[in-house]
Amino acid sequence: MAGIVGYGAYVPIYRIRMEEIAKVWSEDAESIKKGLNIKEKSVPGRDEDAGTIAVEAARKAVKHAAIKPTELGAIYVGSESHPYAVKPTAAMVAQSLETGHKVMAADLEFACKAGTAGMQMVMGLIDSGMINYGMAIGSDTSQGRPGDALEYTASAGGAAFILGKDKRNIIANVIKTLSFTSDTPDFWRREGAGFPSHGGRFTGEPGYFRHVVSATKMMFEETGTKPSDYAYAVFHQPNGKFPTNVAAQLGFETKQIEPGLMTPTIGNTYSGASMIGLAATLDVAKPGQKILVTSFGSGAGSDSFAIEVTENVDAARSRTVPVRTMTEKNKMYIDYSMYLKNRGSITKA
Amino acid sequence: MIMRDVAIVGVGLSKFGERWNSGLKELMAEAGIMALEDAKISSHDVEMLYGGTMASGMFTGQEHVAAMMADQLGFKNIPAVRIENACASGGSALRQGYIAVASGIHDIVVVGGVEKMTDVTSGEASTALGGAGDQEWELFQGITFPGLYALMAKRHMHEYGTTEEMLAAVSVKNHANAVKNPFAQFRKAITMDEVLRSKMVSDPLKLLDCSPISDGAAAVVLAPLDKAKKYNDTPIKIVASAQATDTLRLAERDSLTEIKATRIAAQKAYEQAKVQPKDINVVEVHDCFTIAEILALEDLGFYEKGKAGKAVLEGETALNAKLSVNSSGGLKGCGHPVGATGVKQAVEIVWQLRGDAKDRQVKGANLGMTHNVGGSGSTAVVHIYKRAD
Repeated sequence: MAGIVGYGAYVPIYRIRMEEIAKVWSEDAESIKKGLNIKEKSVPGRDEDAGTIAVEAARKAVKHAAIKPTELGAIYVGSESHPYAVKPTAAMVAQSLETGHKVMAADLEFACKAGTAGMQMVMGLIDSGMINYGMAIGSDTSQGRPGDALEYTASAGGAAFILGKDKRNIIANVIKTLSFTSDTPDFWRREGAGFPSHGGRFTGEPGYFRHVVSATKMMFEETGTKPSDYAYAVFHQPNGKFPTNVAAQLGFETKQIEPGLMTPTIGNTYSGASMIGLAATLDVAKPGQKILVTSFGSGAGSDSFAIEVTENVDAARSRTVPVRTMTEKNKMYIDYSMYLKNRGSITKA
Repeated sequence: MIMRDVAIVGVGLSKFGERWNSGLKELMAEAGIMALEDAKISSHDVEMLYGGTMASGMFTGQEHVAAMMADQLGFKNIPAVRIENACASGGSALRQGYIAVASGIHDIVVVGGVEKMTDVTSGEASTALGGAGDQEWELFQGITFPGLYALMAKRHMHEYGTTEEMLAAVSVKNHANAVKNPFAQFRKAITMDEVLRSKMVSDPLKLLDCSPISDGAAAVVLAPLDKAKKYNDTPIKIVASAQATDTLRLAERDSLTEIKATRIAAQKAYEQAKVQPKDINVVEVHDCFTIAEILALEDLGFYEKGKAGKAVLEGETALNAKLSVNSSGGLKGCGHPVGATGVKQAVEIVWQLRGDAKDRQVKGANLGMTHNVGGSGSTAVVHIYKRAD
């Protein structure tokens, strides 16, 4: 089976604190911070978008994997904020990386799990022998409707994973992957709409929890594993609370999800979320340890991965900066008006 | 002057809560079938249906709910009427069913109550519920229900020294009772501290002072008392049924600290049943907000005006204390699917009087009462029940 040979994550430097947003809408910041378990979220620069973020993450992944970009046989970019509805982000990333023209590419959408779906696709291409290396990226500058509950969490960021089949440079094997998919209208955005709509509390139990739990339980069954077999677990993290709740429901301990729980400090990076969480976990994981990853995308579905870290993980570490170092250094706090400007909600006439 | 006595011979309830996989029809079927089985009757035995639902149109787009209920429960071609009195729809439907049987016109009447509230946003739910007040002078001007009851709470605190802790004590007690109710929405105990620290909704009412948005249904089967034993070994007689209205808008009431409609309906009920407040051992009151329970205890005559808050704080209204109030968990703990509540209250009292309330059983319960309010007090319905054997 294919395995991970390298990864890279990128989160923009700007941060807005919960207090800043709450002030505008006369809401209680403390109860929001507590209720959602989130302190601050990332904001893209005025000249950043899901494409530029994807390129940043991709370049780091190539460096981490220590492969030549021309060795990439395929690139898929999953996002719900692709710069274009028609004009693929993947092609822009491929050219920016200088992969050369002989590369397969396409864009994906499945809400927050578009990136992990890309990982599954790349695995298929590798296992079938069609390519040697492939890259899957999850990247978003998600749209938070002003005044909506999701404005507190919708942030910007992305991660790129390179997979391959050469045992000499695989840092983590993917033992198995599977998905749980249904038609569930918990959260959606119509063509042309500026902001998504959602079903409020319907996004919880019938959305996130049903799919994450079902996919993970299917994974336990098909691999004959249980929570204690894994050193770590990474779940999709729309806020800082859901992953803790789902972990408890499934039988994981909080300490297993801690390294991969990034939302409290960077917000929900949507297609980037589970993958940035996995990157942060791989930053600290040791050879032989297993990691369970289950993403979630509204609409809805969950992709689950059972991953086992190899001996090669330590050597690769020297070629990267840990995710948590990247997200905490060079932070720049902005206020709500700068946030609106960065997001493009206000522009010069 | 009634023609004949009426008994409840069957009761049924759906699980209350966020019922994502159930709509109006499924909820009504859940409660209705349980009630029919409890009365050991088939759908063919039912002669009339009254269905209570407050805002099915705004919540689900479905009107004509009585016809829907009759259809779902397999009642063939019987007369069916929807009753709407805001949050008192259920209790009002019960009273209409009672009148139909008492008059001698129908023998077996089913009263159902249902509400499906979770398919809309909380803003839409607030707007729909706001219709229980004066649309032009209250809702349109920007006040919603927490705001109206908050005004009453503030005044009660000012005039009588009622405290936020006393309000919170209502919520704590009702959650504690709901833990014991398998049909309840919230089966989790909460502490005074959690209530006091919960998010402010409308000063002084916090999130945990307010009943939730819920889905649920309830049903009862009514029969003439002289035929009741045929259907159930422990028929519960309705010994009083009373209802009153007051001004639509809060600003036109005589007092902000009393729900006069409750007082009037209660007075009529006590007269009909020839009993006094001290004779009641178990009561379901309308705690849409914690202050509403305190007002109810006073307006129903259990406590002097201004004294109920302290009594609740001191535990007098806990399960099997001096007076068991809201053994079901009330609207706060059991949930408040608006149209279902008034009927669910009757279901709980029937279980109590039959001795079927299991962990929630009020010892020696033999005279029960239900109290259902519409809006900020524009309608109040009071029933008193007694074991018939």
